[in-house]
Amino acid sequence: MMKHKTAYLGLFLALALICSYIESLIPFYFGIPGIKLGLTNIVVVWMLYTIGAKEAFLISVLRILIAGFLFGNPFSILYSMCGGICSFLMMLLLRSTKKFKVISVSTIGGIFHNIGQLSAACVVVENLNLVYYAPVLLIAGFITGFLIGIISQEMILRLGKRD
Amino acid sequence: MTKRFRKNDGILLLVIGLVLLAGYVVSSFFRGETGAKAVVTVAGEVYGTYPLAQDDEIEIKIDGRAANVLQIKDGKADMIEADCPDKLCVHQKAIERTNETIVCLPHKVVVEIQDAKEADFDSMT
Repeated sequence: MMKHKTAYLGLFLALALICSYIESLIPFYFGIPGIKLGLTNIVVVWMLYTIGAKEAFLISVLRILIAGFLFGNPFSILYSMCGGICSFLMMLLLRSTKKFKVISVSTIGGIFHNIGQLSAACVVVENLNLVYYAPVLLIAGFITGFLIGIISQEMILRLGKRD
Repeated sequence: MTKRFRKNDGILLLVIGLVLLAGYVVSSFFRGETGAKAVVTVAGEVYGTYPLAQDDEIEIKIDGRAANVLQIKDGKADMIEADCPDKLCVHQKAIERTNETIVCLPHKVVVEIQDAKEADFDSMT
């Protein structure tokens, strides 16, 4: 069990929010809304491996809420939340098989983040034609998830468990 | 290497990558030709249909205010104004092929390109 747990969680939340802020500064338009680097996912993946699933989930949800109020709007919270929860559950599932490394877990997370977001968008605008963008969004999720996975893996190996 | 990458990862990532790539290739066959008209829907209901051949500027009014402005120019539809904070739909590039869409999530506005055939079908129903 980790000492000073509350302090650590606060620190991680702050780190996740800074990642959100940095990301909001980077103009990252590919003609399609919804493609993002997903820097905060580094913090979530890192926590999932070094601290625990419950804590990682908590920080992920809180980060989306706070970042939404700070840099976004109620709608961006809704989409991020659907994407974030969808992504987290899939990462947790894949991790629990213990057959795969961080890189696979993170890639699956990236893909399912976009699946969750796109599904939420389809429901809100009541138009299934948004699925038209699915192939590009999923490939984008694959690439960003893969990159985030490499970074997270290095952090986990180099920084190790905090206890 | 084993600390970072295992055979399982290679197989999984390769399979997913191939599936996504195949999905992309297959979907590009359905990417359609240049469309004939832009259909605007608000919250799933058709708001209006505008021919792409005719240059136009359409104010999409929600609750009496012009929430979005759609411009039709040179056979392309582009969202040029939105009164929401993120303006993702404005950043999105102009669309001209069938099934392409511009979405304004906060206002639930979807602009969709359709071909002439769908127009006849719609007018009949």
